[in-house]
Amino acid sequence: MVVRESFQTQLDELREMLVQLGQLAENALEEAIDALKNQDIDQALRIIDNDYRINDLEEEINDKAILLIAKQAPVASDLRRIIVSIKISSDIERIADFAVNIAKSVIRIGNEPLIKPLIDIPALAETAKEMLTEAIQAYKEEDIVLAKRMADKDDYVDEKYGQLIQEILSMMKEYPDSTNQIIQLSFVCRYIERTADHATNIAESIVYLVKGKHYDLNE
Amino acid sequence: MTTLTIEKKNNKRKIEKNQSTSNASNKKNVFETKDLNLWYGEEHALKEINLSIPENEVTAIIGPSGCGKSTFIKTLNRMVEMVPIVKISGAIKYREKNIFQPKYRVEELRTQVGMVFQKPNPFPKSIYDNIAYGPRIHGIRNKKILDQIVEKSLRGAAIWDEVKDRLNENAYGLSGGQQQRICIARCLAIEPDVILMDEPTSALDPISTLKVEELVQELKKDYSIAIVTHNMQQAARISDKTAFFLNGEVVEFSGTDALFSNPEDKRTEDYITGRFG
Repeated sequence: MVVRESFQTQLDELREMLVQLGQLAENALEEAIDALKNQDIDQALRIIDNDYRINDLEEEINDKAILLIAKQAPVASDLRRIIVSIKISSDIERIADFAVNIAKSVIRIGNEPLIKPLIDIPALAETAKEMLTEAIQAYKEEDIVLAKRMADKDDYVDEKYGQLIQEILSMMKEYPDSTNQIIQLSFVCRYIERTADHATNIAESIVYLVKGKHYDLNE
Repeated sequence: MTTLTIEKKNNKRKIEKNQSTSNASNKKNVFETKDLNLWYGEEHALKEINLSIPENEVTAIIGPSGCGKSTFIKTLNRMVEMVPIVKISGAIKYREKNIFQPKYRVEELRTQVGMVFQKPNPFPKSIYDNIAYGPRIHGIRNKKILDQIVEKSLRGAAIWDEVKDRLNENAYGLSGGQQQRICIARCLAIEPDVILMDEPTSALDPISTLKVEELVQELKKDYSIAIVTHNMQQAARISDKTAFFLNGEVVEFSGTDALFSNPEDKRTEDYITGRFG
């Protein structure tokens, strides 16, 4: 017999809201990568316009979490689930902000011809997006093996980011007229690298949720 | 760089365990039970209990109705023997002496180990006489000394200011929360070593409950306390260690912080999160 059925239902709802938030952020990130690849300013503007939905849902999650703490006096894994939902929603919201930042860079680059075809940057962004997708999946299924694998991918993104930045900045001398574009692209790389960090934070939260112990996957 | 390295940032459980072992070396236990079993007739109410109640700490005992928690603390001052069909095996050491030894004087034990019950049970006497009752039995007749004991005990139970001008009034005229603190004061008057509390706040309103909880925190500086409670949040708030009883067994006994944040046993988790019980 489930004694606290309504409490359990509310915890399930909280989880669903968080998964939904994750999906919204995934979409935003995917659209941002597309907008970058296609220099699509209209799409970039849509990402910025739609960001309020993610912010609103994050607030809703926080409000629900606070009410559950206040009214249900949760302990042990229930408490961890609620605390972790506050933390994860904040990581996801931040990732969505990076999608907005990428969109803004797309607008700033505008229709200016690119100094070189974009291959590595979208590929890195794809990896970061995959990390978010896996983090949400790991959260849904409480799969700590998947969560812990995030450390590997984060190392890869960090390394690749270092190489890309070197490469982009070395173009400064070669293309002095394209400074704006070069700076915007280096910002984009930074946003992608930070996205991977936040996905890794989510993975840490999942391990904490399941095991009740703190792991640092973000070394 | 690409090799997977997962380091535990800080394994809190481990740290806590280390602390508790270091505590064990310099912190004494007032009670230690060894393979304690108790039967009410055929019913096996306590099974192989090995628990220690540390000095100057609050030990909470939680568990569903009928799990043996009240039986357990009533065994510590041998009150359970008042039930005629009780049979006990194993040992309970109070300050390293087995309280079941034939030579052991139960009156002496109960002087050292006071008890506060679920329902406030003051005597139908004045507030003053309630508190002075124990010391008088112990032969104290000097009015000045009795006055001092009464004041000290009432202050100790955080009720002096509320009753100091009406010490000669009947204790029955006080509120439930005040009566319970009178009972705690009565317990303090004989200067016990250990205080056992059997659901001391379950008949009290929330504010009186918080007052008694605050009081317990104060009292542990001078006394060692074991408290049985149905209120898990109360156990979480006021105790240093918590024992979870189920069907007469101790399922888990650990630091309260660990037990309420990350219990080791699934049954403990289910109970404290309200999944059963």
